[in-house]
Amino acid sequence: MAETKRVERPLSPFMIGQYYRPQMTSMSSILTRITGNALAVSAILAVWWLLAAASDEDYFNSINWLMTSFIGDLIFTLSALGLWYHYLAGLRHLYFDAGKGLEIETAEKLGWACMIGSVVLTLLTIIIV
Amino acid sequence: MRYMTDRQRAVGKGASGTGTEHHWFMTISGVGLAFLVPCFVYIFGSALGRPQAEVIERLSHPFAAIVIALTFLVGMRHFAKGAQSMIEDYAAGTTRKILVIFVYSLSYVLSAATLFALGKMVLMGLMASA
Repeated sequence: MAETKRVERPLSPFMIGQYYRPQMTSMSSILTRITGNALAVSAILAVWWLLAAASDEDYFNSINWLMTSFIGDLIFTLSALGLWYHYLAGLRHLYFDAGKGLEIETAEKLGWACMIGSVVLTLLTIIIV
Repeated sequence: MRYMTDRQRAVGKGASGTGTEHHWFMTISGVGLAFLVPCFVYIFGSALGRPQAEVIERLSHPFAAIVIALTFLVGMRHFAKGAQSMIEDYAAGTTRKILVIFVYSLSYVLSAATLFALGKMVLMGLMASA
């Protein structure tokens, strides 16, 4: 049987670090991935609270206290920021997929729009909700 | 002579083995979530911090319950597939397989737990009003 020769190929992270200058386009892209995956933590907390709400009152009160404590507020505010960033970056992705906004200048502006927009939407969320 | 088109020769030969299916799924679920997420944030955010009876009353409302259920059903599949992309970029071999199985499982567990919680809240709401 022919032995396949194993080649050690580099995985993605070789792009980051000393070899690659941070740019708006690459940073706004990696931030989409970071926020998207970090939202798993938010989802777990949200489900935990939902399960507590469907449980007995004492258990709900203790979990509700935890979720509305300073740490809970902080986590949910950061979750909102991550969620809105991922939301805007996702919309940008749909725009990119349509073959638009791919000129470097436009793409960089859209990157800033995602970052500033996510802060604005988070503040709006805190005010309205 | 083989009657194989260039396209046929290319099918299944990409890095993913499934063509653009993954990307297309992320597009569809992404568009769905673009509508669901603002509703979810409003419903969830305004219920958070209220007493249990009020939370149950609000979340067992059909619109709220359906939005929450859909956000988790679609969102968790979107998460699992997105996390899979990340895993496939940074891990290889058995580690990759284990991690992909883990995020898929996690996403199904969270979806099922959400549906269970919503269903139970609807029943609790009915019992409270009876």
